[in-house]
Amino acid sequence: MSPVLADLSVGAEVLRSQVVVDRARLVRYAGASGDFNPIHWNERVATAVGLPGVIAHGMWTMGAAAGPVADWAGDPGAVVDYQVRFTRPVPVPDPGSVTVEVVGVVGALHEDARTARIDLTVTVEGARVLGKAQAVVRLG
Amino acid sequence: MPVDTSYAGREYPPNAVYEVSRVKLAEFADAVGATHPAHTDEAAARALGHADVIAPPTFAVVVAQRAESQLFTDEAAGIDFSRVVHADERFTHHRPITAGDRLVTVLHVDSIVERAGLAMITTRCEIGTEAGERVATVVSTLAVRPEEAA
Repeated sequence: MSPVLADLSVGAEVLRSQVVVDRARLVRYAGASGDFNPIHWNERVATAVGLPGVIAHGMWTMGAAAGPVADWAGDPGAVVDYQVRFTRPVPVPDPGSVTVEVVGVVGALHEDARTARIDLTVTVEGARVLGKAQAVVRLG
Repeated sequence: MPVDTSYAGREYPPNAVYEVSRVKLAEFADAVGATHPAHTDEAAARALGHADVIAPPTFAVVVAQRAESQLFTDEAAGIDFSRVVHADERFTHHRPITAGDRLVTVLHVDSIVERAGLAMITTRCEIGTEAGERVATVVSTLAVRPEEAA
């Protein structure tokens, strides 16, 4: 069942999800996206440019945070607008993995456009990694 | 070499057609952990009213970056990619990107401003079909650190 605009209220939490990322996932994203910047897979290059180590593509994190929104909406095509600021890098260890937490709250409702703005809080170990993360979802 | 701010306002000619394949959509969806069946199952996508499987919301970056490379690989623009940090990104979907789409992109350099030693470059990719239907708008801002801080 897709959510219905009339049932939503500003401030209500509508989704909470976790996405796990490891180095293999970053390599997979590099291939899928065509972004082969070595800071996302090569420790030597990442540390040489002053990073704590290999970091996730900001666009991977943005993409991963969109999945729970699409699932909640019931149709990925209902996500008509999606924006973020990249505020903090996400180091991805080897060996190991990092868990990205995504929480979505209704930020605004637009009856005329039949849309809801979902404000996302995207964190790693309690620290926000995306700022102004907002998805506008068209609803019935 | 500093970033050439005179590139602001520039509009590039439409780039080569990007043909959207089901395989590429599935690969991208898997990489970002997008598990909704509309990305991989044609029947599920059709049940939602789509003509075929559709792209995850951020897939448009794959299409946009091909157009953006016209700016970033232009040595005269002075953008050293080793000093670039992605600042923000926005996708506006006029309709979902769908398997089988043949997309062309027009790159606009909306602004280049110097702020606290950083050059902030905002590009806009207008993605549409060959027939002229608007599909997506991708706005991206990159921060380029000055050479001495690199």
